[in-house]
Amino acid sequence: MEKTLRSVLIGELGDLPQKLGKTVMIGSKEIAVFKMENGDITAIENRCPHKGGVLAEGILNGEYVFCPMHDWKISVKDGKVQAPDVGCVKSYPVEIIGNQVYILINK
Amino acid sequence: MKKQKLVLIGNGMAGIRAIEEVLKINPNGFEITIFGSEPYPNYNRIQLSKVLQGGTSVSDITLNEWVWYEDNNIQLYPGESVTSINTKTKRVTTDKGRIESYDQLIIATGSNPFMLPLPGADREGVKAFRNIKDCEEMIEYSKKYKKAAVIGGGLLGLEAARGLLNLGMKVDVIHINDYLMERQLDRTAGKLLQSQLEQQGMNFLLQKNTVEITGRKQVTGLKFSDGSKIKADLVVMAVGIKPNVDLAKAAGIPVNRGIIVNDYLETEVANVFAVGECAEHRGIAYGLVAPLYQQGQVLAKRLCGISDMGYQGSVLSTQLKVSGVDVFSAGQINEDNRTKVFKSYDDYHGVYKKILIEDGKITGAVLFGDTKDGSKLFNFIQKGALIEEYLQSAQDVETEGNVAASMADNELICGCNGVTKGSIVEAIKANNLTTVDQVKGCTNASRSCGGCKSLVSDLLACTIGDQYQADQKEAICSCTTLSRDEVLAEIREKGLTHIREVMNVLEWKTDGCSKCKPALNYYLGMIDPMKYQDEREARYVNERMHANIQKDGTYSVVPRMYGGVTTSEDLRKIADVADKYKVGMIKVTGGQRIDLLGVYKEDLPKIWEELNMPSGSAYSKGLRTVKTCVGENYCRFGTQDSIEMGIRLERKFEGLNTPHKVKMAVSACPRNCAESGIKDVGIVGVEGAWEMYVGGNGGTHLREADLLFKFKTGDELVEMIGAFLQYYRESANYLERTSAWVERLGIDHIREILCDELMVKEYNRRINEALSVVQDPWKEAINNKNLLRDLYQTVKI
Repeated sequence: MEKTLRSVLIGELGDLPQKLGKTVMIGSKEIAVFKMENGDITAIENRCPHKGGVLAEGILNGEYVFCPMHDWKISVKDGKVQAPDVGCVKSYPVEIIGNQVYILINK
Repeated sequence: MKKQKLVLIGNGMAGIRAIEEVLKINPNGFEITIFGSEPYPNYNRIQLSKVLQGGTSVSDITLNEWVWYEDNNIQLYPGESVTSINTKTKRVTTDKGRIESYDQLIIATGSNPFMLPLPGADREGVKAFRNIKDCEEMIEYSKKYKKAAVIGGGLLGLEAARGLLNLGMKVDVIHINDYLMERQLDRTAGKLLQSQLEQQGMNFLLQKNTVEITGRKQVTGLKFSDGSKIKADLVVMAVGIKPNVDLAKAAGIPVNRGIIVNDYLETEVANVFAVGECAEHRGIAYGLVAPLYQQGQVLAKRLCGISDMGYQGSVLSTQLKVSGVDVFSAGQINEDNRTKVFKSYDDYHGVYKKILIEDGKITGAVLFGDTKDGSKLFNFIQKGALIEEYLQSAQDVETEGNVAASMADNELICGCNGVTKGSIVEAIKANNLTTVDQVKGCTNASRSCGGCKSLVSDLLACTIGDQYQADQKEAICSCTTLSRDEVLAEIREKGLTHIREVMNVLEWKTDGCSKCKPALNYYLGMIDPMKYQDEREARYVNERMHANIQKDGTYSVVPRMYGGVTTSEDLRKIADVADKYKVGMIKVTGGQRIDLLGVYKEDLPKIWEELNMPSGSAYSKGLRTVKTCVGENYCRFGTQDSIEMGIRLERKFEGLNTPHKVKMAVSACPRNCAESGIKDVGIVGVEGAWEMYVGGNGGTHLREADLLFKFKTGDELVEMIGAFLQYYRESANYLERTSAWVERLGIDHIREILCDELMVKEYNRRINEALSVVQDPWKEAINNKNLLRDLYQTVKI
């Protein structure tokens, strides 16, 4: 099956807070966008697989966000839950063109 | 951000050490280029004598392998010398025609051996003893010739002489003074050393002044001022070193004996620094390793923009590295009319110890034959300890039988690299180390002069052999091996100012976690409340958002009501806001406040603005609420005005950061309607007095509060609460409630500390300082567009 992606402009680099997450709603899809300490931007689904905690409000350390509800540790790069917990959240490709940040989501 | 270009001239110990320190603080801050004249990576020049003595290859004394440069993305040009510096265009040029520009330049060109300008000094067979090439040439000579002469009976000369003996040569050492190593030893030790070395086969010619090196093309001997002569096929000049300042001088950088630097290793030309043997600081150009390393640390901080005290000069210590001879000296060597001396001399075993004392304080030491106490004495000299302290510790050692065990954790074991006993022990435990080499690899201890190896091995013995000691401390989290106390001590000592810096300097294993980051944020703010910039990304969501997150991602809002007292006007506002924003529920909390539940993130700032009330801090690791009973104004049993006191306390301490939440209550009689017995600080009014209870808890671990003190006046009470809270702030672990903390320290101990009136005043001064920077977080958010955007606005597409 062929998947097609569309890129959605979510704002400018400067609009994203440093070392924090940002909640982005695209339609009904809720995405947590992170600007890491090294400046990289990543995007994952804004729902912890544990009990649905909002990951955008977690503490970001390097590439891991700690869920504000029960402290699950999740990679903001690939969405993988870290041991001892298990699971995964969806991650979305991010594209930066000039100053503008795009998220690629399924059509 | 574009990286700064950092260029280092000189691939030796001082320069590389500075680079290592820079990488520790800011691993990605600089694009680093290094030029080194020698075709080797950085090696341990101090151990050159080992190469000369045989049995040690160049790779054995290499400090930084080639791969280290690669791993750290350092561009190294070995075997390439910088020939000129242009400080205007900020460029350096090399002997290979390469031109490199810099933003910051470090000159670490070291020193050159001082060659006596004697007639014949240019003949073949006249050598210096400075680098690997010199060693190789001497080894070649030793294969063809038999007779060597070393000019200079100092540290370097004796090491060279010992090496040449090992290579099978006959060696004469010529010295101008009447005893050896007069700069490091007194006459007694110098003479002892001489007789030891004579037993090893060295021959000494003392009080001899060389006037000529004889021979035609090739050297054949030496002639002295008294007319006497000796034969020699090889002459090694080891009379001293002089800072290598030619390059700097030619570039117009002010030099004296060395390149002149200030306390921050800055030369008088902007963006140019000098470190190590080529630098002259407060009139001194050092030629030993410890000062160079201390300078490296200061320079790294300066380059990375971290403020500190700067370099204050060094107390020197010397350890002679000739096999079979143990010599140590530090500080003042020779007594004068102001000093007293503690001396012992065991002629039979050849053991000599002299300690110099001025005004009761240890100012210097010379040890011969047994140098085990060297590191300890060096420590005592640096901190200006009293002689009694040393004598006492020497006695303790006799009873305990181990020098290492009696040392304090913060005492230096390795003076060269500044490694304390504590850090070594910790490394042994954390990494299950079992050999001195492993400790060296892990901590740098004994990596330079090797003088502390015996102490390190003692430490290994007593650490591994003693399981009782092994599990005394607890790391903050798995990101580090350091305990809370160690981290705080490092923050204070090194003047660390933000979380990333702490993690870099203290070599965190990760980028932090949800445990250590909020803790560091608290500790940094507690240590320096006036300067510290709270890092909101290190705050747990509730404290960052100033609202309590609920399971569905909505928040709750609790406005401040001092002492649990409200007005009809405030109640009306709350009701209006609740209607307008359709809050899910209005509930009275356990702390006598009103809670609006089910508020959307985007609505928070609007609600706060419309309420126009301060934050109730219902989310904070800080003062939550002060519950009160009705008190004497209405209650027929009331003995005190509990409401007034409650409001006073809440107004004074609102917004304070504490290790964990703090709940208070004030009741006006022992019936205790405000439940003071289960509060962190609970006050009970009795006839004519206030009782102060502490460490109570009504939560998971139910605990009845302990009576701390009783006061006649409200002022005394408030002052003691301030002191108590500050002591808790300073000594509790992050996330340790007062109940656990009181239990851990013991109520008697806390009472004892707070009995001291001066301490109470001092704690109040500090807590008032912390309180002076408190702002209402809701107002702050409403008035700050960036905060509103970063924290409260959701992007909707």
